[in-house]
Amino acid sequence: MIDLSKMTIRSAHEALVKGTFSAVELAEAYLAEIGRKNKDVNAYLEVYADVLEQAKQADKLIAAKKAAKENVPLLAGIPLAVKDNILIKGRLASSASKMLANYRAAYDATAITKLKAEGAVFLGRTNMDEFAMGGSTENSAFGPTKNPHDLERVPGGSSGGSAAAVAMHGAVAALGSDTGGSIRQPASFTGLVGLKPTYGSISRHGLMAMGSSLDQIGPLTRTVDDAEILFNVIRGQDIMDGTTISADTYKKEPLKGEKRETWAKPKIGVPFAFMKQGGIHADVLKSFDAAIEHFKKLGYEVVDISLPNIHYSLAVYYVLMPAEVSSNLARFDGVKYGLHVDGEKGLLDDYLKTRAEGFGKEVRRRVILGTYVLSTGYYDAYYNKANIVRNLLREDFKKAFSQVDLVLTPTAPTPAFKIGEKTSDPVQMYLEDIFTVTANLVGTPAISLPAGMSGKLPMGIQLTANFGREDLLFTAGKDFLGEKA
Amino acid sequence: MITSADIKKLASLSRIALTPAEEDEMAEKITGILGYIEQIKQAGTTTAGREKEPVRNVARPDTNPNETGAQTETIAALFPAREGDSLKVKKIL
Repeated sequence: MIDLSKMTIRSAHEALVKGTFSAVELAEAYLAEIGRKNKDVNAYLEVYADVLEQAKQADKLIAAKKAAKENVPLLAGIPLAVKDNILIKGRLASSASKMLANYRAAYDATAITKLKAEGAVFLGRTNMDEFAMGGSTENSAFGPTKNPHDLERVPGGSSGGSAAAVAMHGAVAALGSDTGGSIRQPASFTGLVGLKPTYGSISRHGLMAMGSSLDQIGPLTRTVDDAEILFNVIRGQDIMDGTTISADTYKKEPLKGEKRETWAKPKIGVPFAFMKQGGIHADVLKSFDAAIEHFKKLGYEVVDISLPNIHYSLAVYYVLMPAEVSSNLARFDGVKYGLHVDGEKGLLDDYLKTRAEGFGKEVRRRVILGTYVLSTGYYDAYYNKANIVRNLLREDFKKAFSQVDLVLTPTAPTPAFKIGEKTSDPVQMYLEDIFTVTANLVGTPAISLPAGMSGKLPMGIQLTANFGREDLLFTAGKDFLGEKA
Repeated sequence: MITSADIKKLASLSRIALTPAEEDEMAEKITGILGYIEQIKQAGTTTAGREKEPVRNVARPDTNPNETGAQTETIAALFPAREGDSLKVKKIL
């Protein structure tokens, strides 16, 4: 009997190399756990039929590497879950939309190619908000995902299925995508580590585009160590994604602070003024204060910083993201692939009916809002203005990172809320992203770490670093969670 | 304030058919969202980020093309309507 409750990539890898269990046995254990829990949680939209076949191949790879006295790849035989908007060749990828319910990927995403080369095992594709639009996974065309910590509550979103899969011990780790917090907020709601890397660090080739100036793929894991392992495998410049960066795109500045010779810990800044805006759950504030104290005890210097425009982040995001959504989703027209609904009155009627039937409520809302903010007469007031404020935010962070190495906030203003609680008021739902959208707008990396409980519900804190400084997030994250560095 | 008539126009630009009831609901929700977004108008301004960066080509060089037909079946299998290896579309003129 394999104990999955504390399984990490690292511990599974060590056991696979030692021969404590085989990749097939590990995959069988996960399939059994998924069989027990997925009907209640609805984390997976599909569990692949060939999981054991994949695991058999991984066992062969492990055996061959051992026989050749070579290192076994860290992800060989590791069962992973993949968000339904990341393409795996030949498999369904629907973005939890009726529009793509029967779409079979024609190629592998670059991140998937890299995982395949390591011998990772894909358990299945996970539920999400349709086209990654939402903060609760309630916007899926295939029913909501439940939070494994409390089945009446949401797991967060949009990568809620990936988070729930790991949290219910139905995968060692998972891939998600993050446009405004879609990895970090579900990580916070389900007690996991979630990383949104620097813009451009992981190729988006094969990730269905939502907001192209914001989207990033990233890991959802049980430990910071695992997030680092996955990040290091899937990162890298890619000829198929012109926005990708190389390892030396951003130069690493020395750490801030005075006692550098004795004190090699990053300096943390907290935008305290932003914490006083109201609307933050009392338990979130309490666990946030406790997190600050914990960092101080670990020897970190924590100071107040000013981010004068941060309170505009969410409004800026809800202009730019819908604008990009309305452009990116124009490709779904019922002509080239995906759903086709035949209109009686010619091609235009096909478009109108296909998009009406294929897109859910929230997707339609964002496409129409994006069309509005981009329309003549409103373009300057909304889209252009939002771009200017985005640049103000970038300047704020540039200044902040001349004083500190990390910025600390809560990940989300509340613990997991009840299913249906926020569905009738989109603005209330959007406010869940208040702390997370900034990293996407600025392009900096950010990580959510589990920090405290509200009753039986986990909560998270978020660390943001300067461009390309995921290493500082990993160092501070491991310190905070007491992981061996 | 966005009216149902505005939504009708935007929906047609977005190529999404909406029923009158959907238009009314959309108008109400989008008015609410714009009420929140309005605050950006109070934000300051900056000329930062407007500097023209040197133009560089990020497209991959057009070399080593696939063998003709190598991807045809994969792509054509996804067509909602096909005729041989061609995508079948409706007459537009």
